[in-house]
Amino acid sequence: MPDRRIRVLIAKPGLDGHDRGAKIIARALRDAGMEVIYTGLRQTPEMIASAALQEDVDVIGLSILSGAHNTLVPQLLGLLKQKGMDDVTVLLGGTIPEADIPGLKAAGVAGIFLPGASTQDIVNFVREHAPRKT
Amino acid sequence: MPSDREPLPRPVTGEKPAERSSEFTTISGHPIRRLYSRSDLSGWDPNRDLGLPGAPPYTRGIHPAMYRGRLWTMRQFAGFGSARDTNERFRYLLSQGQAGLSVAFDLPTLMGYDADHSLAEGEVGKCGVAISSLADMEALFDQIPLASVSTSMTINSPAAVIWAMYLAVAEKQGADWKQLSGTLQNDILKEYIAQKEYIYPPKPSMRLVIDTIEFAARHTPKFNPISVSGYHIREAGSTAIQELAFTLRDGIEYVEWGIRRGMAVDDFAPSLSFFFNAHNDFFEEIAKYRAARRVWYKTMTERFGAKLARSSALRFHAQTAGCSLTAQQPYNNVVRTALQALAAVMGGAQSLHANSLDEAWALPTEFAATLALRTQQILAHETGVANTVDPFGGSYFVETLTNEAEEGAWKYIRKIDAMGGMIPAIERGYPQREIGDASYRYQTAVDRKEKIIVGVNDFTGEEKAIEVLRIDESVRAEQAQRLRTLRAERSGEAVARNLTTLRKAAQGTENLMPHIYAAVKSYATLGEICDSLRDVFGTYEEASVA
Repeated sequence: MPDRRIRVLIAKPGLDGHDRGAKIIARALRDAGMEVIYTGLRQTPEMIASAALQEDVDVIGLSILSGAHNTLVPQLLGLLKQKGMDDVTVLLGGTIPEADIPGLKAAGVAGIFLPGASTQDIVNFVREHAPRKT
Repeated sequence: MPSDREPLPRPVTGEKPAERSSEFTTISGHPIRRLYSRSDLSGWDPNRDLGLPGAPPYTRGIHPAMYRGRLWTMRQFAGFGSARDTNERFRYLLSQGQAGLSVAFDLPTLMGYDADHSLAEGEVGKCGVAISSLADMEALFDQIPLASVSTSMTINSPAAVIWAMYLAVAEKQGADWKQLSGTLQNDILKEYIAQKEYIYPPKPSMRLVIDTIEFAARHTPKFNPISVSGYHIREAGSTAIQELAFTLRDGIEYVEWGIRRGMAVDDFAPSLSFFFNAHNDFFEEIAKYRAARRVWYKTMTERFGAKLARSSALRFHAQTAGCSLTAQQPYNNVVRTALQALAAVMGGAQSLHANSLDEAWALPTEFAATLALRTQQILAHETGVANTVDPFGGSYFVETLTNEAEEGAWKYIRKIDAMGGMIPAIERGYPQREIGDASYRYQTAVDRKEKIIVGVNDFTGEEKAIEVLRIDESVRAEQAQRLRTLRAERSGEAVARNLTTLRKAAQGTENLMPHIYAAVKSYATLGEICDSLRDVFGTYEEASVA
């Protein structure tokens, strides 16, 4: 039985409306053969966790350029844990100061991608870190 | 005389000269030929197409003397934390030679939420200054005389409210509204297209914009109630021609709505201003600005019958391209910004913001913000480029690129006209898709190293972290306290009355500015006023296309 396709939720948490990167990543992952759901803008952590549960995703990619990452990401991770979804791989991209990276990784973010990251690196990372489900 | 239409003379060996690539294009993908010469301008008439600066079709600039008469306004965008923090940064920048202010607001403010709203958590003061009420606006402009300091405000959906607060502060300072100089961004169409900071649906949003334009025509003749923007469209990944075309077509939409409101075109068109990106591809940008002036001149005179020179002379602010700046090797960004600023100046911008080197990491530190201002000052005082008007006028290359940019713009404008205008085009996702496709094409080119970004996909090296500005969560707590105090001290009854009047007026067709102004003066908060309008107009969310 072949492995099912990796399912990825691309989400825009918070008030930030900059979606250029999120849309490019969504398209690149789709082109790489994954199932991608894009949440659209202005999602609360609750909405994202709900969508992730409903869509039964393997990976969540968060895009935050607003500086609100230290508030929104831990909130989301907490909700995922509550819903028994801590096997979901969480990635983060956007405007993330160097100093914040260790804290976010310690909280459970698997990969952080700064401006300049190549889409191929992200595709590879998702392939390597997505939980295997059949 | 050899031209590009005839084969270039072959060297003695009979071999075709080798080139670094099989094709050369601008960063937007526009093809660039090896050489431009007179035959490229065979249909070009310098009297008709070039003209003189300060005269139709304004290709060379909108003033006869341009920077010999007056330098462009050095207007560095700034804002973070509380009104007090930003006031300090404003006064510092003014002391360092900045000519005009440009206010950056935080996301809750941009989206019409008070700092204590649940959706504001983690966002207060992070992307700009937190403004929840007239009290905050008063603190923002403390010791800054609005009568003499030109002030630009980057605010869109709640622009009418923020502008009312600004006008109220001006009144308190004893300034004459008729002398106030500045700009309100207030360009809702590009929000649907690119920046996505909309609150209400298109029609009521357009009503609010036209209300401000009408109010400005009557009360603030020196103030630009709108800055029709291409910057954000370009930042979202569009090509230069898309930036040019969608911006001008947005301008056309505003003019049409203004005329439908019953205003004579010459009564309000002079107050429309524009805002373009200053991106990496040097000559493409210069051609874009020159084409913009020519296209707008033709549009205003031929399509709208404008008679006043000021109605058809396009005035613009430029900002260097944030999206081109890298997190890697951030000092490279100083170079990028300088070259981009140079392009804007060569293109005849009236006002300019140069980005800071730490743009990809955080809001600017004082050091980075100062260096960005110095970049403009060096450009103005040391390079000599401001000593003559339109230095590239007559260049085979630049005039050809200008023609090609104009041609490309008309194609898009006609296409959007055929769709019924910019709002139908937005509703069917047309400009959004064009931008998304262009941005994906560019990213693919970068991933394939067809487009090089120094320090990112080539010439990489070991990274050293730089000091960045940190804004902590205490701003939200501080703002929440200020709001509690405000609510305790103001007349709740007056606020409620004013909001009811506003809601009623919003249901009709009268100009809402006087009602918004009354609400603002009674210290109704930004959130309360925007919510009142949400009650009447509803809210908008796009059907996401990804």
